Amino acid sequence: MSFISSDMRILESGAPEVPLADKWATHKADLRVVSPANKRKLDIIVVGTGLAGASAAASLAELGYNVKAFCYQDSPRRAHSISAQGGINAAKNYQNDNDSVFRLFYDTIKGGDFRAREASVYRLAEISPNIIDQCVAQGVPFGREYGGLLANRSFGGAQVSRTFFARGQTGQQLLLGAYQALNRQIAAKRVKMFSRHEMLDLVIIDGKARGIITRDLVTGEIMRFGAHSVVIATGGYGNVFYLSTNAMGSNGSAVWQCYKKGAYFANPCFVQIHPTCIPVHGEQQSKLTLMSESLRNDGRVWVPKNKADAEKLRKGEITPSDIPDTDRDFYLERRYPSYGNLVPRDVASRAAKERCDAGYGVNPEGKAVFLDFKYSIESMGRGYISTRYGNLFQMYEKITDVDPYKEPMMIYPAIHYTMGGSWVDYNLMTTIPGLYSVGEANFSDHGANRLGASALMQGLADGYFILPYTIGEYLADEIQTPPTDTDSPEFENAEMTVRERIKRLFSIQGTRPVDYFHKKLGHIMWDYVGMSRNAEGLTKAISLIREIREEFWKDVRITGEEDNLNPELEKALRVADFSEMAELIATDALERKESCGGHFREESVTEEGEAKRDDLNFSSVLCWEYMGEGEKPELHREDLAFENVILSQRSYK
Amino acid sequence: MADQIFKKIYLKVWRQKNAVSKGRFEKYTVENISSGLSFLEMLDILNNQLIEENKDPIAFDHDCREGICGACSLYINGRPHGPDDEVTTCQLHMRKFNDGDTITVEPWRAGAFPVIKDLIVDRNAFEKILQAGGFISVNTGGVPDANAIPVSPDDAEEAMDAAACIGCGACVAACKNSSAMLFVSAKVSHLMKLPQGKPEAKRRVLSMMAKMDELGFGSCSNTGACEAECPKKISITNIARLNREFLKAKFSE
Ligand SMILES: Cc1cc2nc3c(=O)[nH]c(=O)nc-3n(C[C@H](O)[C@H](O)[C@H](O)COP(=O)(O)OP(=O)(O)OC[C@H]3O[C@@H](n4cnc5c(N)ncnc54)[C@H](O)[C@@H]3O)c2cc1C
Ligand code: SF4
Ligand code: FES
Repeated sequence: MSFISSDMRILESGAPEVPLADKWATHKADLRVVSPANKRKLDIIVVGTGLAGASAAASLAELGYNVKAFCYQDSPRRAHSISAQGGINAAKNYQNDNDSVFRLFYDTIKGGDFRAREASVYRLAEISPNIIDQCVAQGVPFGREYGGLLANRSFGGAQVSRTFFARGQTGQQLLLGAYQALNRQIAAKRVKMFSRHEMLDLVIIDGKARGIITRDLVTGEIMRFGAHSVVIATGGYGNVFYLSTNAMGSNGSAVWQCYKKGAYFANPCFVQIHPTCIPVHGEQQSKLTLMSESLRNDGRVWVPKNKADAEKLRKGEITPSDIPDTDRDFYLERRYPSYGNLVPRDVASRAAKERCDAGYGVNPEGKAVFLDFKYSIESMGRGYISTRYGNLFQMYEKITDVDPYKEPMMIYPAIHYTMGGSWVDYNLMTTIPGLYSVGEANFSDHGANRLGASALMQGLADGYFILPYTIGEYLADEIQTPPTDTDSPEFENAEMTVRERIKRLFSIQGTRPVDYFHKKLGHIMWDYVGMSRNAEGLTKAISLIREIREEFWKDVRITGEEDNLNPELEKALRVADFSEMAELIATDALERKESCGGHFREESVTEEGEAKRDDLNFSSVLCWEYMGEGEKPELHREDLAFENVILSQRSYK
Repeated sequence: MADQIFKKIYLKVWRQKNAVSKGRFEKYTVENISSGLSFLEMLDILNNQLIEENKDPIAFDHDCREGICGACSLYINGRPHGPDDEVTTCQLHMRKFNDGDTITVEPWRAGAFPVIKDLIVDRNAFEKILQAGGFISVNTGGVPDANAIPVSPDDAEEAMDAAACIGCGACVAACKNSSAMLFVSAKVSHLMKLPQGKPEAKRRVLSMMAKMDELGFGSCSNTGACEAECPKKISITNIARLNREFLKAKFSE
């Protein structure tokens, strides 16, 4: 058993104790509602307008609340959600392949390696069909069959076909749907949109979330905004690794600010590494590009059977087509015959690393495997592939200068998604009353590994169908509360802290740009807190992270002005937060002495080298409470009870 | 193809402190640039060089760096998104240039897109056009089952072709009249091609067009420059459709 201090709290989700399938209905019936007249008196701040935030802001405004929404880009349409490619899951069973709410629930729980909350995951599966209905009504142009009905594809970790898609641009189309709903509310003056505004602190009054401090990214003005409730929808923190598939501006800062104000951070070490990304190339690369998981429907993953062939490939002496089928090792099909190329992401990523570490990597760096479409093109034709993946193939060719219709793609795992985030109860409320967290920013639903096409589903479930109901429970007690006074000492203090932080950054006048520190931090995270972790490496990482943090605050150089558009300052504020968050991620990884999903501890493996869980000690959510600068955070726990599934060692064989 | 190393690349970049100040071109040189780098990665290198010289780095919009968010917006050697077809600036790679080239980099130039700083422009006018009617008026909840609305795959494909617009503004920057017709026609076509979008088609086209005119975008003289520079291949047949719909709506008013 891990060390438990006397102050450890056991967190409760607040889901009702009734049979699984009745939980959400029962809970909804018990939730209080706010009358239309009172809704008009209540202000809600939504920070972030990606899928989760835009859907939440639009839906809350439709209900009659006064919404202020914020994003750092020049338009909500540019949120990171826009780049999601492959699709969105829903238990519609349109294919008659015996899909059901329970099956989607079960796949998600199992895919997450039994580290997610049953009640929340079941609710997600239950809501999933409504999301598709909503999106179609908004005009999302999903792929269709000849008869005019919706088409589906398969995704990793599932044996049914339940993924809806809009070519390889599903995230774009879903976000445009939510964005259009948001635009309609902006036009109706129900939402006031603040683009190019970045949240820099959360304001708490009498223990409740009451507002935020932002910086206008164009003028540099520091501003105060008050409300009756604050919703965080700022996405994931994968960029702590520097290279990831996330957008350049994706950050963990808002979640971190909330953590420092008392919102517990749950499972920070649960980070997803996606198996099919374009491999790292050189030292000056700024980001990694994902090749959608849907490609594994029609592409076969392989490396040469013989090391000698791999070596020749690395030196450019032969090409992939010189290697006959009999000399190709389709290692996923070999190791996992029942799921084959469609094993979940964590399994596929580790298998690729295993082959490359063993010397079978196929690019000059030895860090790539093949994803080959030759077989599908032969059986189904080029047209079949190009309608499904045309834009991905084009993207691949533009980046690598290689035509994937002719040569197999080269792929390698990369940081992609963060399952960890703010802890939330069944109402999506954090440990700070009145502070909610939706989408990738919270920790819910995906356990230790997210299944493909489930993030879009979760973000939209949170925003369209959960938060608009659950927030009423809290706001019902706030109808007498007048609009928040932003001249209060709490706002004054929060603003001062922000101003001082910015001043301090400018005053360092060191020698190195922000990127230098971010890259260095990323290297440490990838090497010691990445795909494979052990106690020694994690301990080392913690001390290296501290060194970088110190160096950053001594030697960073911020040019430009405070009161003007200043991307260096924006980056510096985010990297400063990453350098603190990195330590919490490593600390959490050290604490969780089991392997589960994407968290692979070398000390905890089965005889076949697969991740080995320790259900006795770690069937729980690890939640961290901030105790002050330089203090060790306090560990709390939510215990996960599995009443509807049998805990099993995950097998995709 | 193996990467090459360019010994020197010369740059002429538009620098402008803020919306009200006057801008000018500045010259820079970067060295040892791999042809495998993206154009923006080359600018990253230049920026870190500028920071080391204690100078203000060049501000440019970007985020996804995968050609989908529509943030990046550079006018490179006289072409929006530079000398490659069907790509955004962030997907443009240095292999499209040669060692020793001089590259001119400017912001989008259009009255409706004022410069905010250096290479960043304000595209809020696009937001306003979409807010004027670029949506289907449904609230969350209470909608029919998704398969209750069949859509022929051809219509769905055409809607998707138009919906692929990323709102980058290259069409406006490419047009000598700074017309936003391609952008507007893409949204109108997307929604019109679907049965869900038909009930308010008339209202939509009228109010989006009115907003577009009000915001100072020029009129369309059918030169096709927009289509040629659109990174997402939005077709000008959408403009023809928009004109038809607009006239139809006008006459039935
Ligand atoms: C390349 C790629 C492909 C993917 N493909 C799929 C897929 O096929 N299926 C799937 O289900 N999932 C996919 N995912 C995951 C999925 O896209 C994301 O998890 C999801 O879109 C996150 O949505 P979100 O609304 O929570 O956050 P985001 O879309 O990241 O939005 C964050 C919002 O917060 C704002 N913001 C951030 N910080 C601040 C701040 N400090 N102040 C103010 N505003 C702030 C941003 O401006 C933005 O509006 C993919 C992810 C990537 C990277
Ligand atoms: S029509 Fe093309 S060029 Fe114009 S905004 Fe859309 S994607 Fe950009
Ligand atoms: S940065 Fe997103 S399209 Fe170029």
